Amino acid sequence: MKCAPFDYVRAASVDEAVTTLSQADGDGKILAGGQSLVPVLALRMARPSVLVDVNRIPGLAGVTPEGDAVRVGALTRHSALVEQTHHPLLADAARWIGHTAIRARGTAGGSIAHADPSAELPVVAVGTGATVTVAGPGGTRQLAAEDLFVGALMTDLAEDEMLTEVRFPLPTRWGFAEFARRHGDFALVMAVAAEVEGTVRVALGGIGAVPVRAEAAERVLAGGGSLREAAAAAAEQLTPTADLHGSAEFRRAIAAEMIRRALTRAGLS
Amino acid sequence: MDITFSVNGERVHLDVEPRHTLADALREECGLTGTHLGCEHGVCGACTVLVDGQPARACLMFAVQADGATVTTVEGLAGEDGELHPLQEAFVAHHGLQCGFCTPGMLISALHLLETDPEPDRETIRTEMSGNICRCTGYSGIVDAVEAAAGVLREPGPAS
Repeated sequence: MKCAPFDYVRAASVDEAVTTLSQADGDGKILAGGQSLVPVLALRMARPSVLVDVNRIPGLAGVTPEGDAVRVGALTRHSALVEQTHHPLLADAARWIGHTAIRARGTAGGSIAHADPSAELPVVAVGTGATVTVAGPGGTRQLAAEDLFVGALMTDLAEDEMLTEVRFPLPTRWGFAEFARRHGDFALVMAVAAEVEGTVRVALGGIGAVPVRAEAAERVLAGGGSLREAAAAAAEQLTPTADLHGSAEFRRAIAAEMIRRALTRAGLS
Repeated sequence: MDITFSVNGERVHLDVEPRHTLADALREECGLTGTHLGCEHGVCGACTVLVDGQPARACLMFAVQADGATVTTVEGLAGEDGELHPLQEAFVAHHGLQCGFCTPGMLISALHLLETDPEPDRETIRTEMSGNICRCTGYSGIVDAVEAAAGVLREPGPAS
């Protein structure tokens, strides 16, 4: 199907993008890589009256190391995340995003702001304790990734706000594991293990509406428990929903295995 | 909205509606119907083209976003004299197509793959081509074709 008509604004700056969103009065959408938004428009699941194209705003793309973290500009393409070497966990996770043509256009900021429950980058953001920078009409604000995701495809972003940057702490040890039916398909389950400032964090995606910390697993590890015990404790805590891709038991078992693999890859055994 | 871009080496000026995708503009305004529209929501890969050398689903990009870009479609593969590109020759020789609907996207994805990795193994070919769906061949012929074309493209060209 074809998209419904909309006004197209090619923003030259973040200020212009945010102002245009404000003027759209809740009926505007940011167009970045378009790999999630355009299908939604084509299927007429959304019909915003204004699209604000941010692709030509200078300075919004790039991966910059900064102390114990890297700053990722909202317009950084997934393919650039795969190629960069500053944050290996981000590169590992980005390889799992869609297919080559999707990674060439899809953006880090777009994926996180879209908040798809089976997307990779939101899980890395929660798993590493990332901070997002958001620009709005009143200036910029920062919030923790864990506070950004409020539901499936829902974030704390206001209708006239735009995510501009994500700061991902650089873990000293890390592991990423994902289970999908085919490479590039939506993940059934994925797990991130990251040791940040001496603490092991474990996050899961694809299992609920938002990425979740596997706190039971973290507690077991902090108490000196084994990886298997940690994975089992995390699985016990989960209440996955069954659908045609897998029963609740299957998803719980796969989640435990992905946690075990992520922790093993992190060298935490 | 007025836009200018280059398609297969030719400059094109168009006045497009913002909601028209690059695939719509290529097919309906430029008459380049080789870019096929299968699903129109980014799943099947039939409409894959190169935009500034990078593969893109032409159904997930609005034509207005291609303003100033360099686009390569399947029509840009063959030589001016109509001689097929080695990839096209290999798809014919190795049964890389049956109905042909997915073939333009397959060829563009394969072209980008061989530009970035001239000697991919079969597993790499399968992974890199996984964004293109074929409902006829079972993929084996396609993988054979890409592997064979890679070999041909690696050979030194005839001395001129």
